[in-house]
Amino acid sequence: MMNRFAISAKGLVKRFKTRKGPVTAIDDLSLDVLPGETYGLIGPDGAGKTTTIRVVLGLLTRTSGESSILGWDSMKDTYQIREHIGYIAQQFVLPADLTVMENMLFFAKIQGVTPDEQKKRIPELLGFAGLSDFTSRLAGKLSGGMKKKLALACSLVHEPEVILLDEPTLGVDPVSRREFWNLLGNLRVEKGTTVFVCTPYMDEAERCVRVGLMYGGKLIANDTPANVKKRVTGELLELAPSNLVLSREVLDCLEGIREIQTYGDKLHVFVDDAASRKAQIASALEANGIRHDELRRIEVRMEEAFISLIRRQTKSSLENHPLEVKQ
Amino acid sequence: MYRNRLRVLALIQKETSQLLRDVRNLMYMIGLPILELFLFAYAVSLTVYHLPMAVADQSQDQRSREFVRALVNSQYFDFTLTAQDEAQVREAIDAGKVKAGIVIPPDFSTKIENGNASALILLDGSDSFSVQSGYSAAAMIAQDYGLDLALEKAERTGGQQASAVEGSSRPITNSFRVLYNPDFRDLWFVLPAILGMIVQMAAVAQAALVVVREREIGTMEQILATPTRPLELLLGKMVPLLVLCYVILGIILGLGVLWFGVEFQGSINLYLCLALPFILASLGLGFLISTVAKNQRQAQQLSTVVMLFSMLLSGLVYPRNSMPLIPRLIGSFLPLTYFIRISRGIILKGVGMSALWPDVLMLVVYSVVVMAVASLNFKKRLD
Repeated sequence: MMNRFAISAKGLVKRFKTRKGPVTAIDDLSLDVLPGETYGLIGPDGAGKTTTIRVVLGLLTRTSGESSILGWDSMKDTYQIREHIGYIAQQFVLPADLTVMENMLFFAKIQGVTPDEQKKRIPELLGFAGLSDFTSRLAGKLSGGMKKKLALACSLVHEPEVILLDEPTLGVDPVSRREFWNLLGNLRVEKGTTVFVCTPYMDEAERCVRVGLMYGGKLIANDTPANVKKRVTGELLELAPSNLVLSREVLDCLEGIREIQTYGDKLHVFVDDAASRKAQIASALEANGIRHDELRRIEVRMEEAFISLIRRQTKSSLENHPLEVKQ
Repeated sequence: MYRNRLRVLALIQKETSQLLRDVRNLMYMIGLPILELFLFAYAVSLTVYHLPMAVADQSQDQRSREFVRALVNSQYFDFTLTAQDEAQVREAIDAGKVKAGIVIPPDFSTKIENGNASALILLDGSDSFSVQSGYSAAAMIAQDYGLDLALEKAERTGGQQASAVEGSSRPITNSFRVLYNPDFRDLWFVLPAILGMIVQMAAVAQAALVVVREREIGTMEQILATPTRPLELLLGKMVPLLVLCYVILGIILGLGVLWFGVEFQGSINLYLCLALPFILASLGLGFLISTVAKNQRQAQQLSTVVMLFSMLLSGLVYPRNSMPLIPRLIGSFLPLTYFIRISRGIILKGVGMSALWPDVLMLVVYSVVVMAVASLNFKKRLD
């Protein structure tokens, strides 16, 4: 029972006191992460992802509920937890005025890694992170992607069973992002490390075994990416009309249209049946003098699913009680 | 234990590298104390020269005139008013015409021959610098004549009759200050205190900033997410700053002795030993500030408040025993208050532990308590 879950939270609540009164950052959140799993907590800025990761780590106190890592309570067994986890905070927060090597040595010593182990692991990790040629460079002088890789290497120096990453690829170019995720993949395969990652990027969510969709402090979905996408009913059509605003107004009045999302100059339209609605949409647009390219049926991605689920959530909470302002 | 030690060493190493790598900050930390020393040394003068003086010479003989001339020649007094008796002198002080007055009784020459001469000096008690300087100067000159000098601080009280403070006139047989600062060199008197002031300022501000900065940049979050304990973190930050404070102390002391020619009377080893509890107490105070301050600006502001209190309430400029209770109480929460006495005692008087132990004990207790409170108050968490 002790270690059945790598990370576990039950009815977790975190309220901040602010001048304007209490703000609920985490609202009755429950989730479990299995050992060896890569779990992605996704959601927009301000959803409560960072707060969740900090509370689970014991960096913030919780208001109520339970949370634990590897069976250790987040609040009571803080130091046991910290010996067995790796953590990358949201901003790059390794001492910028230490070199790559000094950073590695610092975190190795802080985590009680013996000198023999240091000699073995540090070159290994630097190689793994692709930083072997930059050992004497100041951490502050590294590129964004390299900083994140260094942070990862530092957080792995004591071979933690669980690593928690808070938006690790924020402000990193797409190539480096891919490289970073490949490193995480290797880690999972080679060491069986449990990875808990917060991210606003939907393409990253697709790389997780399971994802939790967080919105307004609540977990509104908690499943595999495929199952999350299945929760969005209907089929998806894509088109690029000449007038976006007018097109939305026209389509809103049509029957069988469930939801419309805008992506750049494209509209994504959820319909009950793609085959039959295609012609209806085309004729309605033409009747209003809107030119458009051919309507295509596309697969639902995490992004559409996510926005759709959030809209549903907002609508239902608006019906029940006015939308709370969340931090 | 091994892990604790490893962590503390790693933290010390990290802090030291960071301290040495930030050259501008380092230059500031070492340059500012030197600048302060020179400003204090050259700009601040505590001795008051050319006090206007009323003379009531009731003897009018050769010896009495000689004595008055000696007072004038000392440059501390200017003979500006002739009075008949003590009452007229008091009146002149009360009216603000003069700051000092001397009353020489009849038969001055004869009494000097017999060795029982005395004179009364009156000083404007509303001006503590005049009292201190005039008092010491007159006493020194009087000593040469082997006479008992009675002092009265006359308080100017509007139009009312000036009244003697601190009871009756008290004879001065010797002056405390003359014993260890014969040349009236201000800097000699001020340097031991300035030294403490400068070191305390550096210690408090740096200790407060180094923690708050780490929290502000965000590196604290990363370090808090490791098994590091608050006390280890504070120790790691304390050791490099302790060394830095000793460097500052050494530079100021060196400049004081080599540049300003202050004679170090006591044991330098004892001095360096006793500086330890003082520096630790000051660093502890800084760490305490860091647990309260939310950002670097607040830390800076709070250390400025400490500095202001230290300037005024530690005995650096104004004597503590004439302070009202509340300022004196506030002053006793400053490490500098205790160290000033230690510093003056060792540098100027050459005294040892037997005279200093109460202050040393207070500093040791202070540093232990303040460190304990700071590490208990230290936020293990971010909220």
